[in-house]
Amino acid sequence: MSLPFEALIVGAGHAGAHTAIFLRQHGHVGSIAIIGDEPELPYERPPLSKDYLGGTKSFDRLLLRPAEFWTDNAIAMLPGRRVETIDPRSQTVTCADGSCYSYVNLIWAAGGRPRSLPCPGGDLAGVHQIRSRADVDAIATELAQARDICVIGGGYIGLEAAAVLTKLGKRVTLLEAMDRVLARVAGDELSRFYEREHRAHGVDLRLNARVRELIGKSGRVAGVLLDEGEVLPAEMVIVGIGILPNLEPLAAAGARCRDGVEVDEFCRTSLPNIYAVGDCARHTNTFAQEGTRIRLESVQNASDQANCVAKAIVGRPERYSATPWFWSDQYDLRLQTAGLSAGYDEVVIRGDQAARKFSVIYLRGGRFQAIDCVNNAKDFVAGKRLVATRATVSADRLADTETPLKALIPPAVDGQFIEQDATARQGVS
Amino acid sequence: MTNLLVITPSGSRRRIEAAAGITIMENIRNAGVGELAALCGGCRSCATCHVYLEVERPDLLPPISDEENDLLDSSDHRRTNSRLSCQIVVKAEMGMMSAEIAPET
Ligand SMILES: Cc1cc2nc3c(=O)[nH]c(=O)nc-3n(C[C@H](O)[C@H](O)[C@H](O)COP(=O)(O)OP(=O)(O)OC[C@H]3O[C@@H](n4cnc5c(N)ncnc54)[C@H](O)[C@@H]3O)c2cc1C
Repeated sequence: MSLPFEALIVGAGHAGAHTAIFLRQHGHVGSIAIIGDEPELPYERPPLSKDYLGGTKSFDRLLLRPAEFWTDNAIAMLPGRRVETIDPRSQTVTCADGSCYSYVNLIWAAGGRPRSLPCPGGDLAGVHQIRSRADVDAIATELAQARDICVIGGGYIGLEAAAVLTKLGKRVTLLEAMDRVLARVAGDELSRFYEREHRAHGVDLRLNARVRELIGKSGRVAGVLLDEGEVLPAEMVIVGIGILPNLEPLAAAGARCRDGVEVDEFCRTSLPNIYAVGDCARHTNTFAQEGTRIRLESVQNASDQANCVAKAIVGRPERYSATPWFWSDQYDLRLQTAGLSAGYDEVVIRGDQAARKFSVIYLRGGRFQAIDCVNNAKDFVAGKRLVATRATVSADRLADTETPLKALIPPAVDGQFIEQDATARQGVS
Repeated sequence: MTNLLVITPSGSRRRIEAAAGITIMENIRNAGVGELAALCGGCRSCATCHVYLEVERPDLLPPISDEENDLLDSSDHRRTNSRLSCQIVVKAEMGMMSAEIAPET
């Protein structure tokens, strides 16, 4: 075994790559390595269910940084290796291939893996998921042979896939087990809007649909059997029912875990010199309902937590308090969201849904909590500020499209995020 | 190929040969300049590829769309020559260019 890496990052996704980038940006001069189990250099995941699935963006345009970047910045890439065990006492990790690395700081950025369908037939050929480049390449090779495609799960990934596949001329059925799509992340109004859009584009969208079994024909999926007994034809099934955080090696090493690796406001785990960031990190988010610890699956969170860890490692710690934001592209609809809507007690619709340009604003206790903007970048930009400042705004004014949202940002805190900065400073002593 | 001077927020300068047919954002990223976050990958969903842009032939630049304009408005550091670098596909005829990466909001 060689010298320990000053910063050893596990997972070469958004969070892992950005941790290395931010470490160098913040002046870290020590050695950095990234171990990743995928063969590729770090790439963007969002296009996997958008342009890359649609075939309109080639893989080389998804790379987060070109190959030279990593060598030029002395970031050692160790791809194609899977970390299996961690020994916090000797500060070493061991990979499936037997290779072993030691660390001064370990950053766990292992993301999550798709939940598999808990029913018979879930492992038939032709059943896919969308998490990695390999997943989408596998879909692409079978796409020409598939006319009827069944997408299981009405979250963002399922809906984006349905939109792309419809555009490619496939007959798409989308099955959602709940009584509305996007139930986990958005309010009723937005769910209904997207349901209408998908139906208008020809998707056979079924709510309250429970899958009993995937029917195979000589090892390949041929249909989906629903609980009520109906069989839907499907030469391909795409399962998008959420992810499970990758945390087993850390949990086995003794790190506190519970649907995610538990981290504090500096992304530190319960083990010394081990941090966790990105999709796998369960943290207290100041934008979630009070006291709620969550995992946040977004590029924003991956990048901002990476920044938080990098600052902690270079000795300038700042509490994690970044405003959550997210986007999703379906058909010609660009959704941009800011804040976290869960727990809202009032909803305001701003703009005209029929014109396909509007926003849904979520309030709690009169405070601006979150916003979902459809084809409405102006509201997104101002809404993000309103989320950050936690402004108290009347519903009537929010609904009035004659009043720009920007005019409702409290002037004293515009751009300064006073509340956040105050908490950020407290933590650093 | 066209000449692009990239200036980071800390003031360091680097001259690169920008490839035509891809965006300024991708050119800066491909040159390995880490300071350009470009978080959404160029789909007009954020404003983290904001630059101050000077080009020899400004008439060849695409006009600022409403969406780009709104996103640029999110910055406290917007100037008259602000652009989202993901929205500009490099053309050889654009001539010499310089892109200074704007500070984060
Ligand atoms: C199809 C799709 C579309 C999305 N669209 C959007 C969007 O529009 N907007 C948005 O904000 N977010 C989107 N997301 C979410 C976003 O991509 C994730 O939040 C982000 O990738 C999280 O980064 P991460 O580094 O935590 O995890 P990942 O990017 O998943 O990276 C984790 C990496 O670690 C590797 N790994 C796991 N275990 C080990 C191990 N033991 N040893 C070595 N390596 C390991 C994994 O294989 C993976 O490469 C999308 C995600 C998907 C899958």
